[in-house]
Amino acid sequence: MKLQIRNISKKYYNPSGHIEALSSINLEAVQGEFICLVGPSGCGKSTLLNLIAGLEKPTSGNIVIDGKFGFMFQEPTLFPWLKVKDNMAFGLKIAKKDKKEIKETVDYFLKLVHLKPFKEAYPHELSGGMKQRVALARTLVLEPDILLMDEPFAALDAQTREILYNELQEIWQLTKKTIIFVTHNVREAVCLGDRVLVFTARPGKIKKEFKITFPRPRELGDLEVIKVSNEIKMELKDEIEKVIREMEQYNK
Amino acid sequence: MKLKKLLEKWNNITNSLNILNSQLIMKRRINKAVKILAIIFLIFFLWWLIYSLNFWPGWLFPSPQTVIKTLFKGFLNGTYIWGILISMRRIFIGFGISLLFGTALGFLVAKIKLLRQTIDPLILGLQTLPSICWLPLALLWFGLNEKAIIFVVVMGTILSITISVKGAVTSIQPSLINAGKILGARGVNLYRYIILPAILPSYITGVKQGWSFAWRSLMSGEMLFITAGLGQLLMFGRELNDMAQVMAVMMVIVIIGVIFDQFIFGNIESRLNYKWGLLK
Repeated sequence: MKLQIRNISKKYYNPSGHIEALSSINLEAVQGEFICLVGPSGCGKSTLLNLIAGLEKPTSGNIVIDGKFGFMFQEPTLFPWLKVKDNMAFGLKIAKKDKKEIKETVDYFLKLVHLKPFKEAYPHELSGGMKQRVALARTLVLEPDILLMDEPFAALDAQTREILYNELQEIWQLTKKTIIFVTHNVREAVCLGDRVLVFTARPGKIKKEFKITFPRPRELGDLEVIKVSNEIKMELKDEIEKVIREMEQYNK
Repeated sequence: MKLKKLLEKWNNITNSLNILNSQLIMKRRINKAVKILAIIFLIFFLWWLIYSLNFWPGWLFPSPQTVIKTLFKGFLNGTYIWGILISMRRIFIGFGISLLFGTALGFLVAKIKLLRQTIDPLILGLQTLPSICWLPLALLWFGLNEKAIIFVVVMGTILSITISVKGAVTSIQPSLINAGKILGARGVNLYRYIILPAILPSYITGVKQGWSFAWRSLMSGEMLFITAGLGQLLMFGRELNDMAQVMAVMMVIVIIGVIFDQFIFGNIESRLNYKWGLLK
């Protein structure tokens, strides 16, 4: 597995000029690393993920990826016409894997995300947390080396989120994936990540990097988590104020 | 043989969908059927009541009994059965052609920007033209034969299907497409495994609407056109001043319309909506 991001910039063009979303981003991930990106909204964190996934092209710079990646969106984006098990089997079926192998893999991951009893259900019959678990499993069955996650828990309620933090940490420790996790929730980032990268307001640059070294599994309420979160929040505060000032100017 | 297999498959699909809440659905259906029967009975009773008041002469306003008698006679001597078969043949051919080409055109318009800018407004414009307006043109092009009437059916149906397919394809959530791409579905696979299933619910609604357009086009075509079929039976009744015949044929037309609209397309539609969780 290799992921190197070298000097990436991204500009969007529109009739009134261009908007610089990202500016000279450098990032390198080590095998099995859990990297969280935090920053004020509109700072280009999600754009960076889209660039890594190849959904968008960078304006300059390049990205070197060696290995398969999986992508998890903010919304579960399950296919409503497929049952849970078929949603999970989707990528394998496209890859023309053999039926027995598909079934075994799907069963394994169903167990991993605790959804075995729901394998015959349709997405609309599941709760938000369950849907996101299916989405995670659907990504994992393809055995990606790198997992890109774009605020995957943002739309969930607090309790469900905490359960999923634990599950994600367990799964990550078990499967040793490299994870790039975008969030605007600082505590979530500290709870999950090995490294937390703080982005500046637009154009997004990496402002500061925090290494999180305390033992896992971590919980949101752990004292160390709260302490580091507060430090990061202080860092972020300036950036968020910048965004607010910019918006005020825009309104004038 | 093939048909048997298809039937089996169809049964499997319907069975698996039915397992959920089948009892509840059954109960609701019976409840609904009772209400509908009651309303039909009431309408017949009112009809009979008005008839017995003798406002109009019997040959202008026949009693329900006469109409039902005519209906039975029509079926027993085969005229209605032939009429239905001939009309059905026409609508299946016309509707089939429309489905095939209308769907293809819908995809093309949705996917190709140039077509969207040029043909799209034209399609909307032509769709507002009542299908029967195509009859003079059809008669001159094809002459007094089956082709002309099928042409009218096709023209009345095809664009409504195109419009619904185009709408369905352009309104697929982009996130579903992205998810499909990320999971490896590209090119043909993207169409087969994402776009086609994703448009299915709105497609079925479009097809259902297309069917009713086809049915209307066919009936108006048949009435103006000297050939067999249900529409012609209706005009025949008029020419003979046989009001019972007119009403009986109208009843047949309504019943066939209801069967297709409610029982065939309506059923597929509600099963699909149930599966997707779109049903309230």
